[in-house]
Amino acid sequence: MSKIHVTTTVNNEVVEFLADPRETLLDCLRDRLDLTGTKEGCGTGDCGACSVTVDGTLVCSCLVLGVEAEGAKIETIENMAQDGALHPLQRKFIEHAALQCGFCTPGILVAAKALLDKTPDPTETEVRYWLAGNLCRCTGYDKIIRAVMDAAAEMRGAA
Amino acid sequence: MQYHSPTSFDAAVQLAQDATGVTRFLAGGTDVLVQMRAGMVTPDVMIDVKKIPGVKDCVRHADGRWVIGIAVSGAELGANAELVADWPGVVEGMELVGSTQVQGRATLVGNLCNGSPAADSVPGLVAAGATVRVSGPNGVRQVAIEDIPAGPGKTTLAKGEMITAIELPPRGDSGGDCYLRFIPRTEMDIAVVGCAINVVLEGDKITSARIALGAVAPTIVVVPEAADAIIGTALDDGALEKMVAAVRAACRPISDKRGTAEFRTHVAGVLARRAAETALRRAKGEKA
Ligand code: FES
Ligand code: FES
Repeated sequence: MSKIHVTTTVNNEVVEFLADPRETLLDCLRDRLDLTGTKEGCGTGDCGACSVTVDGTLVCSCLVLGVEAEGAKIETIENMAQDGALHPLQRKFIEHAALQCGFCTPGILVAAKALLDKTPDPTETEVRYWLAGNLCRCTGYDKIIRAVMDAAAEMRGAA
Repeated sequence: MQYHSPTSFDAAVQLAQDATGVTRFLAGGTDVLVQMRAGMVTPDVMIDVKKIPGVKDCVRHADGRWVIGIAVSGAELGANAELVADWPGVVEGMELVGSTQVQGRATLVGNLCNGSPAADSVPGLVAAGATVRVSGPNGVRQVAIEDIPAGPGKTTLAKGEMITAIELPPRGDSGGDCYLRFIPRTEMDIAVVGCAINVVLEGDKITSARIALGAVAPTIVVVPEAADAIIGTALDDGALEKMVAAVRAACRPISDKRGTAEFRTHVAGVLARRAAETALRRAKGEKA
């Protein structure tokens, strides 16, 4: 089975890798590019731990083939903190203790950022439905929702 | 597995025709990648359709017809305000499929060809009278949506055939549609029952209607008797009751962990009544 050469942009950097055509983008990110911030919870699109954006759209990287990344622009959790400074969402997750084991956290942060990029002033209901595909087995969600709402307020300059 | 990303439908059809072994088309991948992961399907040939020009287009033509590309995602449909204004029922059905992440990739044609009797986007398309354009070794044909699913996980498409576009008829001035489903929670679940209704009004009388049910038979079912019960009426109580009875009579559900046959049959009637009322309000131009 021959591998396919893929050129793509990950976190604003042009990268290349060889992918088995059956390999998911998630596996390519983790195993070929050593970007292990993106997690695998289920591998079947149910948990959202593998959330990344492809050309600005939030997706489960376990439901994308690595070869589909050819020519695309991908952003992962590794691009969230800029120049060593945490993103407001990341800071608020720490402040609100919105994580315990932390396995779901990268996916939830990436998903929440995608929401706030297009909806800076979401209602709590919007946040809950937007994040319905991100499962967390530890927190009970409440602190996550509060952290996202608080980060949104701060980013709007309303806090 | 061979991975191909052809740049024309002709090339895609040729690849599918020449393929030996298990062949799958890839658009959003939200079903096929799950099936691969579960070991249910191990494709030998994967034909990615997203490099074909036009597959991401969603266009209303001068005559009011909509032509929707086969790789347009649920999120893109939901963001198309004109499509939502014309066919809110079609869009709300698609938007019920999966999470935000899944919406970023999942497509109408994928949902259709996955062949699930519970597919949320299919009843709305059927009620709308939508068709698909099918290309294959013997040329192009136009097929009604309801003629595509053949049973759970199966379609009527032959080897080498592929759907190249979805077409919705012109909405006209006073039409409305609605899709409702029952699930035991509010999000991220599979329909226990689904119901879509599309009506066209003249004055306050319904002049045409189509009603489609999901998850109550091996395929999505059209119920002309239920539509007949409300055509020519202003959706008075008597008409609604006849419609509900016809809907329930058309149900042939299974009992499973998601609901008993009796429950599904009952709920189908309840949803049909509510969907008809919402479709009517939308046809009258009310926000609903
Ligand atoms: S690992 Fe992708 S959704 Fe769970
Ligand atoms: S913090 Fe453990 S899964 Fe969310």
